[in-house]
Amino acid sequence: MATTPATGHAKIETSNFLMIVLILLTCVVGGLVEIVPLFFQRSTTQPAPGLKPYTPLQLAGRDIYLREGCYNCHSQMIRPLQAETLRYGHYSTAGEFVYDHPFQWGSKRTGPDLHRVGGKYSNEWHRLHLINPRDLVPESNMPAYAWLEGATVDADGLAPRMKALRIVGVPYSDAEIAAAGTDVKGRSELDALVAYLQVLGTSLK
Amino acid sequence: MGKEAAAGAPRYTDTAVRWFALAAVLWGVVGMLVGVFIAAELTWPDLSMGIPWLSYGRLRPLHTNAVIFAFGGCVLFATSYHVAQRTGQTALFCPKLALFTFWGWQLVIVLAAISLPLGYTTGKEYAELEWPIDLLIAVVWVAYAVVFFGTIGRRKVRHIYVANWFFGAFILAVALLHIVNSAEIPASWTKSYSAYAGVQDAMVQWWYGHNAVGFFLTAGFLGIMYYYIPKQAERPVYSYRLSIVHFWALIFTYMWAGPHHLHYTALPDWAQSIGMVFSLVLLAPSWGGMINGVMTLSGAWHKLRDDPILKFLIVALSFYGMSTFEGPMMSIKTVNALSHYTDWTVGHVHSGALGWVGLISMGALYHLIPRMYGKTQMYSVRAIELHFWVATVGIVLYIAAMWIAGVMQGLMWRAVNPDGTLVYSFVESVKATFPFYVVRLAGGLLYLGGMLIMAWNVVKTVRSGSAVPVAIPMVVAHA
Repeated sequence: MATTPATGHAKIETSNFLMIVLILLTCVVGGLVEIVPLFFQRSTTQPAPGLKPYTPLQLAGRDIYLREGCYNCHSQMIRPLQAETLRYGHYSTAGEFVYDHPFQWGSKRTGPDLHRVGGKYSNEWHRLHLINPRDLVPESNMPAYAWLEGATVDADGLAPRMKALRIVGVPYSDAEIAAAGTDVKGRSELDALVAYLQVLGTSLK
Repeated sequence: MGKEAAAGAPRYTDTAVRWFALAAVLWGVVGMLVGVFIAAELTWPDLSMGIPWLSYGRLRPLHTNAVIFAFGGCVLFATSYHVAQRTGQTALFCPKLALFTFWGWQLVIVLAAISLPLGYTTGKEYAELEWPIDLLIAVVWVAYAVVFFGTIGRRKVRHIYVANWFFGAFILAVALLHIVNSAEIPASWTKSYSAYAGVQDAMVQWWYGHNAVGFFLTAGFLGIMYYYIPKQAERPVYSYRLSIVHFWALIFTYMWAGPHHLHYTALPDWAQSIGMVFSLVLLAPSWGGMINGVMTLSGAWHKLRDDPILKFLIVALSFYGMSTFEGPMMSIKTVNALSHYTDWTVGHVHSGALGWVGLISMGALYHLIPRMYGKTQMYSVRAIELHFWVATVGIVLYIAAMWIAGVMQGLMWRAVNPDGTLVYSFVESVKATFPFYVVRLAGGLLYLGGMLIMAWNVVKTVRSGSAVPVAIPMVVAHA
């Protein structure tokens, strides 16, 4: 090694411009290599065979799931590990999420994974559980979501939401968007959230 | 450095530094208070009393945004504006724009504090703020870059000091991450959808999320380390060569490590493997920084005994070294299979957040704030010492509780009977975690208590001092 430390670096660290350019070049590499190819890998862009875009009521439910921050405690990603598939069902595959803007895989399981919760419990179970989880699971530390029962789904907001989703690639037809408001009229937020939970992970079954 | 500047002599422009430093203390208290409250909610879920905006799912993003971007952000603004001026021996470039970044950033924080409890969210972790706030962040950030690099551009010292490399990388990388990850299509003023879906969205999100850690919470705070430790210890940085090597290695490698948040998910295996390899490599540049900081004290270790500010700074580096060892270990897929989704991750994050980011911020603020108000020391040095011990005990309780809880959860979830059935239902693991949530809450309360001691000490210091402008030395330092 040279005895004069880093003479080459003197050129960089005396130039504001060089510092900025070299930092930017150094920082973009990782993201370019890891992100860009994913847009061209068919296994991650092709919808799973049975996958359908969310219905207006399910979409309204998903937006409530986002609003209440359910992802802070529930994952939607079953890993291909024995204990995991025993507990939750078939492991999750990339094609099941191609209409999920944003993804909701989560990072923490304060509560159980929800990716294949669809069809696991009755609608009535979900209603009772969301209104007060401890009525059904006494040791649960999930918040009670009683207010969802009295709140009505924002029917007028759905068409613009579906249009926005269409821009990013969810195949909604004009007719579906036009009918969205009437589809959900008068339904409670609780109905919507349960509808969303009941469709989760069902495209593979 | 004469404090009584002669009339007409050039002075540093420290108004933005002062305001950001005080705001940091305020937001620190608020963000940690929210953290303590949600920790209590996980322990006793009916604490939210059925009020939507008090529920855990809405307040947890408020906690993370408040401590990272409000507390951490204000610390970074204050220190980077301070360090860029002092190490370049020049006043701030465009001080009015610096004040704009202050009010702009406070507006972002207030909007976040209102919108998140109301449930306006993009649903992307650590990037929850909705699109109008995202745009405001982008504008403030560009102004920040102009002020910072403008100040570097007018420096009187030939070499750009190492702390500024880290601040500069932090500012540039965060701009890049924020713009790419926040690409979203609005459906209304308060609702948007991510431009990406599924796997692509997950990869972009954790490329962003991991580098929010790598650049916001690491590179920026290493910039703080490189100025305030040598200053407080009155020693030069240990190794110039090491700082060059670990700087470039760190900023290159961090950007690759995101996929370790997505092990065993539907993300293609090749991306997971690359993420794991680079996460392991990351240990080296991380420890390079720790060693360079700690060894700066060589020959002056006795100062640790009497100087509580140095205790904050050096113990922060110990936690940095610890969590940057733990991180690569957790990125190994087999370890991750156990640790992921458990409270171990929460413990890991907080050993970095409370131990590294929190303590180094507090140490730097204790050095900075009195100097901004015409003093050389805080109002009470004993209160700093007390804060240090209360905070350290709090961190140890917090992370020990979460480690044990996390490993226990991981083992309970994977336990299988000889006949191939699961041993535990999910809720049994929830029940078993209860005592650890109580201990974690106690640890969090102590840490918040320390922050309150700091707030009292800062108020006393500011009230007994005055905002005296500091003259820029006329003789340019040789560098």
